[in-house]
Amino acid sequence: MTQPLHLGHSRPRKEGRAKVTGAAHYTDDVRMEGLLHGATVRSPVPRGILRGIQFGDGIPWNEFVIVTAKDVPGDPMVALIEHDQPFLVADRINHAEEAVLLLAHEDRFLLERARAAVRLEIEALPPLLDLEDSLACKEVVWGQDNLFKELLIEKGEVDSVWKTAAHIVEGEYRTGAQEQLYIEPNGTIAVADAGGVTVWGSLQCPYYVHKAIKSLFNLSDDQVRIIQMETGGGFGGKEDYPSLIAGHAALLSMKAGGRPVKIIYDREEDMVATTKRHPSRTRIRSAFDTEGTLLALDLDFAIDGGAYVTLTPVVLSRGAIHAGGPYRCANTRIHARAVATNTPPHGAFRGFGAPQSLFAIERHMDVAAAQLGMDPIALRKRNLLKMGDTTATGQIIKETLDLPGILDRALEKLDYVSKKHQYDITNRASAPIKKGVGFAVFMHGCGFTGAGETYLASVAGVEGRSDGKVYVLAASTEIGQGTNTMFSQVVAEALRVPMECVEVAQPDTAVVPNSGPTVASRTCMVVGKLVQDAAQGLRQTLVQSGLLPEPYDGEAFSRAVKAYLEKFGRLKAYSQYSTPPHIVWDDQLYKGDAYTTFAWACYAAEVIVDTRTFEVKVEDFVALQEVGRVLNPVLAEGQIEGGVAQGIGYGLSEQVVWNNGRMANGQMTNYIMATSADLPRIRVYFEENPYALGPGGAKGIGELPMDGPAPALLNAVQHALGTTLPREIPLTPERLMEILEPSNA
Amino acid sequence: MKGQAPGCRVHTPASLAGALELLAAEKGVWRPLAGGTDLMVPFAAGKLPFMDFLNLWGLEELRGLEISEDAITLGALSTYSEIRNHSLLQREFPNLVQSAWVTGAIAIQNRGTLGGNLANGSPAADTPPSLLTYGAEVQLQSIAGSRWVPYENFHTGYKQTVMLPEELITRIRIRRPKGNNFHFFRKVGTRKAQAIAKVCVAAYARVEEGRVVEFRLGLGSVAPVPVRARTVELMVEGCVVDTLLIAAARTALMEDIRPIDDIRSTAKYRRTVAANVLGQLLEEMVEHFDRMA
Amino acid sequence: MARLLDVIREELDLTGTKEGCGEGECGACSVFLDGKLVNSCLVPAAQAQGAELRTIEGVADGEQLHGVQAAFLECGGAQCGICTPGMVMAAVDLLRRCPQPDEAQIRDGLAGNLCRCTGYVKIVDSVASAAKRAVAVAEQALQAGAGANP
Repeated sequence: MTQPLHLGHSRPRKEGRAKVTGAAHYTDDVRMEGLLHGATVRSPVPRGILRGIQFGDGIPWNEFVIVTAKDVPGDPMVALIEHDQPFLVADRINHAEEAVLLLAHEDRFLLERARAAVRLEIEALPPLLDLEDSLACKEVVWGQDNLFKELLIEKGEVDSVWKTAAHIVEGEYRTGAQEQLYIEPNGTIAVADAGGVTVWGSLQCPYYVHKAIKSLFNLSDDQVRIIQMETGGGFGGKEDYPSLIAGHAALLSMKAGGRPVKIIYDREEDMVATTKRHPSRTRIRSAFDTEGTLLALDLDFAIDGGAYVTLTPVVLSRGAIHAGGPYRCANTRIHARAVATNTPPHGAFRGFGAPQSLFAIERHMDVAAAQLGMDPIALRKRNLLKMGDTTATGQIIKETLDLPGILDRALEKLDYVSKKHQYDITNRASAPIKKGVGFAVFMHGCGFTGAGETYLASVAGVEGRSDGKVYVLAASTEIGQGTNTMFSQVVAEALRVPMECVEVAQPDTAVVPNSGPTVASRTCMVVGKLVQDAAQGLRQTLVQSGLLPEPYDGEAFSRAVKAYLEKFGRLKAYSQYSTPPHIVWDDQLYKGDAYTTFAWACYAAEVIVDTRTFEVKVEDFVALQEVGRVLNPVLAEGQIEGGVAQGIGYGLSEQVVWNNGRMANGQMTNYIMATSADLPRIRVYFEENPYALGPGGAKGIGELPMDGPAPALLNAVQHALGTTLPREIPLTPERLMEILEPSNA
Repeated sequence: MKGQAPGCRVHTPASLAGALELLAAEKGVWRPLAGGTDLMVPFAAGKLPFMDFLNLWGLEELRGLEISEDAITLGALSTYSEIRNHSLLQREFPNLVQSAWVTGAIAIQNRGTLGGNLANGSPAADTPPSLLTYGAEVQLQSIAGSRWVPYENFHTGYKQTVMLPEELITRIRIRRPKGNNFHFFRKVGTRKAQAIAKVCVAAYARVEEGRVVEFRLGLGSVAPVPVRARTVELMVEGCVVDTLLIAAARTALMEDIRPIDDIRSTAKYRRTVAANVLGQLLEEMVEHFDRMA
Repeated sequence: MARLLDVIREELDLTGTKEGCGEGECGACSVFLDGKLVNSCLVPAAQAQGAELRTIEGVADGEQLHGVQAAFLECGGAQCGICTPGMVMAAVDLLRRCPQPDEAQIRDGLAGNLCRCTGYVKIVDSVASAAKRAVAVAEQALQAGAGANP
């Protein structure tokens, strides 16, 4: 076998030069002739009926483009899973900050004054703001029973176990909403005229926007064109929401006779109005035998979906499937529900339901270890999945899997065992500083859940162009994670040419096929494979045409591409996803192969707790994972480090403060993500175990690092303080104080 | 981004005298603007009720630092960076230097000014507790003349000060510590940098012959204004160091602070942590003087 | 009263300087004003009158990347890139004040610039690498000088 030319090597970021020089073009950097700025008038209340709209004095309203729900030409609802979320409120208001009216003007300062001068007359209704209240149907705000989706995963006979089990451990765990906090706020530009609608935007999924705009304007496929601009972070936050903003900008442009309209959210608008991670509550009842073998797991997993369905059923599904953790358990029941409340819809955020349920189970394992009087390592090792075992959905683990080894090696990197022993002794002293170590073992399913990839049937391709280079054609977007570089490496490898011979076409629905959304840790493993297959096809075409004699270098390859184009006019190859035959999933019973494969990990953390201020400082963090083959070590490490940082925030500081259904701390000053001074050096280790169906043996990697930090940190806090009570994240100093000093005035 | 009032005016005076004349001539019209780090945020968000700004940034009269035998006098436009990097301040006024270090981050510290920080009147600002420990005085000047106000009397209520509309802060004077002294500063913020204090505690103590002869305790984010904890100070002053009653001092502190719940923290947390940090500081103080003895 | 940021982006059409928050928190709008690092979203344009302004567009020397930029490219310091211009400015500022920073000094020096992608590790490494490279370049220059001047 030949040595890889590119795969496994840290090739520099393809668009890196443009980014470090400031030349990269983001949506707000686009300049257009005749541009209008758009703004959104939003509901101040979480629930009510819109009775009227008043336009205040002192504003030249005749200069403004004004759009209401009455102006919508096609489907007034955003086309996604359910068509229940309106682009603009017609009469019913279902969440604070819901869009009611749109304004456009060329002077954005006047526009801002106008926005403030619109008065909405609203008959307020009692809002439903709490997950438990929604489950109890204290108000019914969606459908018959507030239930967006309910799932049941069953394996074995859970109820047969309780009577005879040596230990029953119960616990309830909660996770809060989390803001994606990409540093570039949401924004789009749209032109809607007789020819159709064109959108430029900061977005993850061009074809989601394409679908939504088509149905909003009743247009055909080729009348709608979506172009992704350089995108300053997404993390799920630009998965579904851009459809709404693009629709708003396009409606304004239509009303403005086709003038381009730009809507850029400012930070607060982005934070208070757009999606966040679903808050969750998980109840776990578990049974163990005297040795610590897990006999039964009964899980009640509930998430708050906010006011509309959006992506919630899929989030629930991934959360439920991951809820049992990486454990072998013959008797498992996972009851999962997603409910409606009158908060802005919760949506996609890196991990997509799994960080919530994995927090619960991995925290629960340490609670159980304490109750059983066992070491948390030993308890886990008795129960960790291995090859041949089945997951909660009955999926058989068919690849080699060494979770105990992953666990041991992660703990060794942290020096866990000796630190644990040492702190057990030093923490007994009366000093206010306590130290602790903790860890979590977990997995993340790669690609879409269940039959998702089968339904998507994604297509990606490559094209030789007249500059002699090969362009990757995919709707999968570069949002910082390294798509451009990874695709280029995969294609350059398949073509056996230098990196310079490969470019990635700007995602533009007029040019690229639908390779599916940029989500679910699928871009490398699923789309990368398609791109690789297509590139192999293109190379074969060139070789068989006789224009590319082997061996060849980059220049010879470019000449061959040009020659082929001159002779045949066109050089393109596509590949479409088809489900591997051994992958079987039953969407009704929730049984079978939930994912084609999983990435596996153990994360270990050391914390220092100041019991005077209840601050938890992360002193050391080890992230060790098996992700198939690593295609680009620097990019892969960067993904893990960034995900861990978000996970640390999720666990300790990133609290969304709600006030009557509205985020009250919608400023970067008050929503606390870490600065460089707050974080330790995150230490990343990969164990490679090539995955047969991924390009170059790669699995998905993007979301995995979001899952482990929160439980590892709280387990370390449990060790430091000797209490199992921390069960809710973020574990802010205020929350920790309430645990340690509940009665203190 | 949000709106900026197109009708707003910025006047840049050529001199301090010019600035004071304008303030006197058009009373209450002009809002002094120093480095902009506080004002520009609500301004850009369209949340400022006033439209006319008096740009002080270029006034050299408000810069610089004077050193006398007893005191240091800082120009109102002294930036956090200037304070942070000044070797004499580092030596003699560690609380002030530390509070400059923890205000925002470098880019903020290059623009934010001491005078602006005081005029803005936020109870969560980081320099006030330190200034309170150093017996700071604030010079207010108008065309009619100038007056020195003890900083502890400067704030009269939430974001309210003793300043008259025609006055500017021109200088801040702090007394140089003498003798056998101890300094303490701790900001408990929402994070390590770019943070707003949830509780901020600063203290200065001087000991003569084993007895605390001077003790000043300043706190931020625990009341509508930065406060001196008088009850605690009275308790500690005059005590023999080794007989300090730390538990009693912690209890007494509750007389001096009136924290609230807000989006950053809770009243209970602020009370608990203020007391805990006071305990920490008194312990460290006792240790410090014991070591010196 | 325009913000310096708006003048830079809209009047000067230098769009490398980014707006991430408009409240001086994220640092994406960092520029040098009279050699000092500032958040241009918090600087009234009137206060920049007559001052020397340097934005990200003025950091590279033509096609030649600044050492900090080259290090960001090589070490993976840029991901989505939206914080990168401001981060590069903060790093250049840090190395000017403190040419050989340790990790804690780097973390302090960059603490005014938020990055949501990297967890800061690769950024810290980029700055450390740029500092090291600067030393190497200086030593080379010294040796070359010594050789030329026996």
